[in-house]
Amino acid sequence: MSADKPAPDAVTRGNGPGVPLANLIEEAQRVLAICNACRYCEGFCAVFPALERRLEFVEADVHYLANLCHNCGSCLYACQYAPPHEFALNFPKVLAQVRGETYRRYAWPQSFARAFDRNALVVSIATALSIAAAFFFTGAFTQPDRFFGAWSDAQGSFYAVMPHGLMAAIFTLVAAFVVVSFLASFLRFWPEWGGDLADFVRVPSFSSATWDTLGLRYLDGGGDGCTYPRERASMSRRNFHHLTFYGFLLCFAATAVGTIYHYVFGWKAPYPLYSLPVLLGLIGGGGLVVGPIGLLILRADRDPDLGDQSQDPMDAAFLVLLLATSVTGLLLLDFRETAAMGTLLALHLGFVLALFVTLPYGKFVHALYRFAALVRFHIERRRPLPQLGSE
Amino acid sequence: MCSMEAIVYDVLVAGGGNAGLCAALTARELGLSVLLVEAAPVAFRGGNSRHTRNMRTMHEGRLDPLHGEYPEEEYWQDLLKVTGGETDEKLARMAIRRTPEHVQWMHRHGVRFQAPLGGTLQLGRTNAFFLGGGKALMNAYYRAADALGVDIAYDTEVVRLSLDGTRFRSATILQKPGTDHVFPPGGKTWSVPGLEREVRAKTFVAAAGGFESNFEWLREAWGEAADNFIVRGTPYNMGRVLKLLLDAGAAPVSDAAAGHCVAIDARSPKFDGGIVTRVDAVTLGIVVNREGRRFYDEGEDFWPKRYAIWGRLIAGQPGQIGYSIIDAKSMGKFMPPVYPPMKAYSIGELAARLELDRGALEKTVADFNAAVRPGRFDHTTLDDCATAGLTPPKTHWALAIDTPPFYGYPLRPGITFTYLGVAIDERARMRMKDGSVCENLFAAGEIMAGNVLGKGYLAGIGMAIGTTFGRIAGAEAAKHVRG
Repeated sequence: MSADKPAPDAVTRGNGPGVPLANLIEEAQRVLAICNACRYCEGFCAVFPALERRLEFVEADVHYLANLCHNCGSCLYACQYAPPHEFALNFPKVLAQVRGETYRRYAWPQSFARAFDRNALVVSIATALSIAAAFFFTGAFTQPDRFFGAWSDAQGSFYAVMPHGLMAAIFTLVAAFVVVSFLASFLRFWPEWGGDLADFVRVPSFSSATWDTLGLRYLDGGGDGCTYPRERASMSRRNFHHLTFYGFLLCFAATAVGTIYHYVFGWKAPYPLYSLPVLLGLIGGGGLVVGPIGLLILRADRDPDLGDQSQDPMDAAFLVLLLATSVTGLLLLDFRETAAMGTLLALHLGFVLALFVTLPYGKFVHALYRFAALVRFHIERRRPLPQLGSE
Repeated sequence: MCSMEAIVYDVLVAGGGNAGLCAALTARELGLSVLLVEAAPVAFRGGNSRHTRNMRTMHEGRLDPLHGEYPEEEYWQDLLKVTGGETDEKLARMAIRRTPEHVQWMHRHGVRFQAPLGGTLQLGRTNAFFLGGGKALMNAYYRAADALGVDIAYDTEVVRLSLDGTRFRSATILQKPGTDHVFPPGGKTWSVPGLEREVRAKTFVAAAGGFESNFEWLREAWGEAADNFIVRGTPYNMGRVLKLLLDAGAAPVSDAAAGHCVAIDARSPKFDGGIVTRVDAVTLGIVVNREGRRFYDEGEDFWPKRYAIWGRLIAGQPGQIGYSIIDAKSMGKFMPPVYPPMKAYSIGELAARLELDRGALEKTVADFNAAVRPGRFDHTTLDDCATAGLTPPKTHWALAIDTPPFYGYPLRPGITFTYLGVAIDERARMRMKDGSVCENLFAAGEIMAGNVLGKGYLAGIGMAIGTTFGRIAGAEAAKHVRG
């Protein structure tokens, strides 16, 4: 610490660790100072080694550390200062609250930050509008004969109700918006966290962070699993998250392969059961059914002290949306040669559209911040550590 | 008095810290019925064990998570050095030898280990750190105890003991009025908060810790100075069981003024502040008393070797307060304390902030600075930066305190644990003053640690003693019950 640089308020105020503070960032600074003096939780995850590199925590550090936290909960149950101790330290809760702030602070465009305030409502409205749009574009209102007709695969069932070009155009536009939004957020927070762009893509740290992400390394509570939803450690949350994450990736891959089939080979959907896009979608969809259901069940039993309950609606909205996407996708696969196809297609496209439109304004954003925090962690990890004497 | 039927168990364990749980788990696994009474509620269970973080562990080969080797002889010599011979070699070596096996046993009961923590690398060879610290360890033991069917009474204390010569007959327990904890949970419960109950157990394990939270008792040993002590650990170690045993004729070990007492931040909570209250800046600057004068060589030896004497040093100063003073050069070179330092741009201003006499502090710092001889500062070795012609001297790491801003941390004696205890034999059976040995009354943990650690301090040995004699007590209780 540079000695003549003023320390943050929470450190200079002199009231010590005993009083929980109303201001969220100051409260996080208070809590981080206690953790830095204790360090018992160092083996649980990356957050503690990262905080130990600092003697003071400026606001950007607080956001970085909060997003490095996977909310596994182990440190809460191990904490000798957790409530009812007078220090009333609830580390995972404070960090979860800060993450909520991170999502607002760096949202792009900024005026959309309010979407995080009543997120479940926003997601619901977006979903309703998306479904209505999907029914409109599939001709449910304008061409009911085609929409409610039964189409065989040979007749290109999906595109019989919605022209491929229109479908592609809508989703390309939405995808472009999502990418721009994430990029704009990234360009705002990453420099604040102390990195330049070249740092971010440096191979060793980027690949370590990728590896940690793919394996959800820090959802293991230091070995035995997360103490989630309650004190007993278990791998169930990691497994359900894996199912969700890889399910999502496989579904995405199914779409990507389908796009290549369409534009490169000129093979038109729907594809047969034993084709690559359908198999990918089938497996991915399965994961995207089981994963979100599992996460929702765990969430229902969650210790109220763990995490920020005010974010529950946001988390649940995202999981439900994922589930609705996968369920309607699988139903569509099953009933695509019946008269229900049009309705199922419209529903499915509506949910997918809602999912993508709300990606930058819902729970999905945790992926962006978490991954960037892991990259930052691996950059710092390669720097020498200050040696401190102690008892 | 009351006509309620007596509660009957094979083993009654008094105290739900590390030693008590080790005894309870061992006895239960050997098929005994066990009732454990813990004075604290669930949130604060575990006595001082909830504030611990490691166990000093012998290993003559590879043993995760430790590196290198730590042979029995080296361990024993370390203990001999800190106690100055106030130790029972037989018991000490028993504790030392069993530590490697404890690591496996602990793992089997859900305890996880981790590499040494940041700032404690010097302990990476000798001390096995618990993942998440002592509270995580206690959580694991309580989960294991629940799974095995150990009955646990929280908010409950032993208030009387009935001995027949060297034979334990029964204990009277009292659950705190108003507690919402029911024991055992479900089925037939014994809970009657606020009413004394008799427990007739075939054996008794005393694992209820020392008396460091009992200011009345501390005053007997330390006089009025005790009022200015801060208790770093649990407020539940009132020494009630220890007193009952001593009154029943137990042979005492060590003495009431012996204990582990370090210098901690004066602003710490009166109880339970734990590890974060430490201030590790002492060797980097000077320490003055209320009169603004230095009183001991701050650079005598490495902080990890010397920090344990500073509680006692400050207890000997007027008002039991001291002030660690450093300048900007030293900031960031020690583990960050949890309380922010007092900060000022001149020594005079710092004196005002610390409420010390301005002239006295300025003179002390000026005299110190004038006595500092040039040298090569190196905090990782016993360097050659020392004072000349100063009393007391500072023999290492002496750098002039001349670079603003200046920082001050107020210090008080922080009592961590007490050593006065009951004597035991190598089967953890309590010894009596008349030379006899109890047949069914065992002691484990801090309540008997004075047998091994009569004075001084060695990081992580308390957990080695507690685990060893806790497990022995549990096994011996089973032997006694089974005949």
